[in-house]
Amino acid sequence: MILQDLSLHILDIAENSTDARATRIEITIEENIRKNRLLVRIRDNGRGMTKSAQLRALDPFYTTKKVRRVGLGLPMLAQAVREADGSLTIRSRPGTGTAITARFAYNHIDRKPIGNMAETIMNLVAGHGLNIDLLYKHRKHGLTYIFDTRIIKQGLRDVPITNPEVLTFLRKNIIKGLKALEKRRKK
Amino acid sequence: MKKLKIGDLEKLRDKVKRTAEVREGKCKAKITVHMGTCGIAAGARDIMAALMDGIERKKIKDVIVTTSGCAGLCSREPMVTVEVVGKPPVKYVDLTVEKIKKIVNSHIEKGLIVKECALAIGSERTH
Repeated sequence: MILQDLSLHILDIAENSTDARATRIEITIEENIRKNRLLVRIRDNGRGMTKSAQLRALDPFYTTKKVRRVGLGLPMLAQAVREADGSLTIRSRPGTGTAITARFAYNHIDRKPIGNMAETIMNLVAGHGLNIDLLYKHRKHGLTYIFDTRIIKQGLRDVPITNPEVLTFLRKNIIKGLKALEKRRKK
Repeated sequence: MKKLKIGDLEKLRDKVKRTAEVREGKCKAKITVHMGTCGIAAGARDIMAALMDGIERKKIKDVIVTTSGCAGLCSREPMVTVEVVGKPPVKYVDLTVEKIKKIVNSHIEKGLIVKECALAIGSERTH
């Protein structure tokens, strides 16, 4: 069983942030086709990891969970990175937060596709939208799509962002926003 | 490029508000999709998408959809827990898009438990 695309890895890693009691998660994707680079970053303000926890974070048999004895999220991302000759950086400080950055050669044949980010973001909002602010930035062809739940919450005022109708609306909006990135800016 | 406008959100807010007033803020059911690494790898995100589609299609307004982590039953993922107010929670296991559609149509819409997909009824936790 594997995670088919990067958007599933992102969902998984961002779930770690919520377990770490983050109140803010930033997801950044930068597609730079000209320079043949792809960057994926998940950064949170959660409780962070000690140096020893960071060293063990890529060990599948290390987990802080109580319900099972393996923790495969980060090891599987590390594997996805390794298979595509990319690099993975973990930066973390206890009490401050954690940033996980994966870098790939854009055109590497074994680089997993980005996948469906609209679903990933909608899932995170559905599960944690009330407690967590989510900022998603996606850059491609010199254009940036920004999804910021702080702004959305302002517009919604007393309607919860986790309302199913709101979630459906946001999901469609993200799909549209990301589609707009595909249209190369006319020079 | 297409941007999310505050005006759109306010329109949506008013619409949601109206339906919320009809049901006096009462919620009929809470649906939890288990979204641990194991769940995600087994297709929990597709289950969530199908669930949201079903709720939209059936115009079901009075439910909460949320996610939780691994419940320790990784081999039976994807899993969903349905809690109808005043009824014991039902945990559904080994889900597919077809099965979740059935659960929306039967359990969430009409309150009828889909027994063949349920692991256990009652004494269940969502975490």
